[in-house]
Amino acid sequence: MSGKNAQKYWQRNLKYLFILLSIWFLASFGCGILFAESLNSIKVGGFPLGFWFAQQGSIYVFVVLIFVYVYLMNKLDKEFDVDEK
Amino acid sequence: MSVQSWTFIIVGITFALYIGVAIWARAGSTKEFYVAGGGVSPLANGMATAADWMSAASYLSMAGLISFMGYSGAQYLMGWTGGYVLLALLLAPYLRKFGKFTVPDFIGERYYSNFARVVALLCAILVSFTYVVGQMKGVGIAFARFLEVPFSTGIFIGIAIVFFYAVLGGMKGITYTQVAQYCVLIFAFTVPAIFISLQMVGNPIPQLGFGGTLSDGSYLLDKLNMLSVDLGFSEYTSMGMDDRVNVFFITAALMLGTAGLPHVIVRFFTVPRVRDARKSAGYALFFIAILYTTAPAIAVFARTNLIQTVSNQPYSEMPTWFKKWEESKLISFDDKNKDGRIQYVADKNLNELDIDRDIMVLANPEIAKLPAWVIALVVAGGLAAALSTAAGLLLVIATSISHDLLKKNLMPNISEKGELIAARVAIAAAVIGAGLAGLNPPGFVAQVVALAFGLAASSFFPAIILGIFDKRMNKEGAISGMICGILFTAIYIWYFKPQLGGPGTPDGYWFGIKPEGIGVIGTVLNLVIALVVSRLTPPPPQGIQELVEDIRIPRGSGEPGAGH
Repeated sequence: MSGKNAQKYWQRNLKYLFILLSIWFLASFGCGILFAESLNSIKVGGFPLGFWFAQQGSIYVFVVLIFVYVYLMNKLDKEFDVDEK
Repeated sequence: MSVQSWTFIIVGITFALYIGVAIWARAGSTKEFYVAGGGVSPLANGMATAADWMSAASYLSMAGLISFMGYSGAQYLMGWTGGYVLLALLLAPYLRKFGKFTVPDFIGERYYSNFARVVALLCAILVSFTYVVGQMKGVGIAFARFLEVPFSTGIFIGIAIVFFYAVLGGMKGITYTQVAQYCVLIFAFTVPAIFISLQMVGNPIPQLGFGGTLSDGSYLLDKLNMLSVDLGFSEYTSMGMDDRVNVFFITAALMLGTAGLPHVIVRFFTVPRVRDARKSAGYALFFIAILYTTAPAIAVFARTNLIQTVSNQPYSEMPTWFKKWEESKLISFDDKNKDGRIQYVADKNLNELDIDRDIMVLANPEIAKLPAWVIALVVAGGLAAALSTAAGLLLVIATSISHDLLKKNLMPNISEKGELIAARVAIAAAVIGAGLAGLNPPGFVAQVVALAFGLAASSFFPAIILGIFDKRMNKEGAISGMICGILFTAIYIWYFKPQLGGPGTPDGYWFGIKPEGIGVIGTVLNLVIALVVSRLTPPPPQGIQELVEDIRIPRGSGEPGAGH
């Protein structure tokens, strides 16, 4: 792969990382900790929302994030023809 | 049948299963011994990683801790799962592409320095050994309590089992036994939770059940909040006054530590391709999440059941489980006002009941009056969790010695056969050493686990991240960063942990940060120092810069350990 293409591939990878890690931070440190008290005034079923994010929701978000990353990167690898045969 | 005979039967069957798997998956080469030949499927590796990761602490202690902490227990739940996102996105695919055997391998080659390799291997041994001693102790306790053999006999049985499959099979044997152990431990953890969820709220899914309604139509969590407040505790679902800073820092330190622990990272060397490493991290977190989303439900069920069973009830009418745990001194009752009833309240002067948090998972099925075989299953699950983690950690210790120390430093001409023998001797020595240390555990074992996470976070994590994402990073920067990060973290933890002999008091905490959360500052310190020093010293050689270019793209991942 030419140097220019490699650079483009890497830039796209970094962009994905930035977006996914922002969601990671928002779900756990944001909804689960920093805004947890205000979110607790909202109730979903029997769960105060801040408490739910801290003990359930953030973990579900983590799992989904990794599979979204796998999907995005597999697509990116094909696009730049750097995937493994 | 009694709980004890059920325990003998179920534990016996699971142990026979592990030994059978170990004989089937023997290792014939160093590559099989270190990385299971690099041919493990991402799904199997995901399960093995999950079993490797979830220790006796996750399995036996975590739900109990949460049930006494309420909201703040989230620091363990998020901290021990969120690190996998960092691992999957920032480390696993690149380390797999790099394709060697160990974490010190990466540090040594990326920073073209045997000194860096030795620093890394010492950290790896220190982190893993402190961890494994606690696992051995857990095995001893589980045997002692339920099979009624002496504590030391319990540890000897544990040593014999791990010895057998770790020495024989290396990473290959360990991987496939861990798959079996995952199945045992997750089944054993979820079955009682499902039973109790059905009993209390009529919902078979505990994750939804603890937000459900009781038979009187009120929400379970509202009920628990009310019970807690009535007894003088704070509301179960609310954040305490000074919780926010520490929940934030401890969560972050556990996440960074998770992503830097060598026995977890090394699992991603065992899959065939880079894309498998990515996917495998996803499977691993999925399998871990099953336990980690069930644990907070168990915590709520157990807490509610406990309060309703004991609070203001006559001591003479307590069920048999209460008496049994009282005999082993893990529950103690002191009738201060002599009314014959149990006052369980937040006020220390009026409270009459002390409960060891570690017993909640083991006692929970009894509190909920579940059948004897369920209780036996929980014991087998606890043993699976402890044994699988111990085996993974012991392998890191053995590889550090046979591969990083002997092959790469002291005896570069050692033959493949010689290295394999050295690896087996090293793991045998590590199993016995850990067992002996588990017999006489230093009192500070629990404290040292905080140290292990802090050290992993402040040493490995930044060194690996910078090695991949900063092409300009050189050995001067990485080594000075690792040393400053580790020293700072170790000194802060020692200073503020009276159990380790430090003189500090909580008033002296920097910005109110507890020692468990200081690894975050150590990590940042490491990053900053590494970046500054690297810019003031010469760039790394051309060959290293090309290596970094190469690990950034998946194609050509080839075989792990290619070039050995």
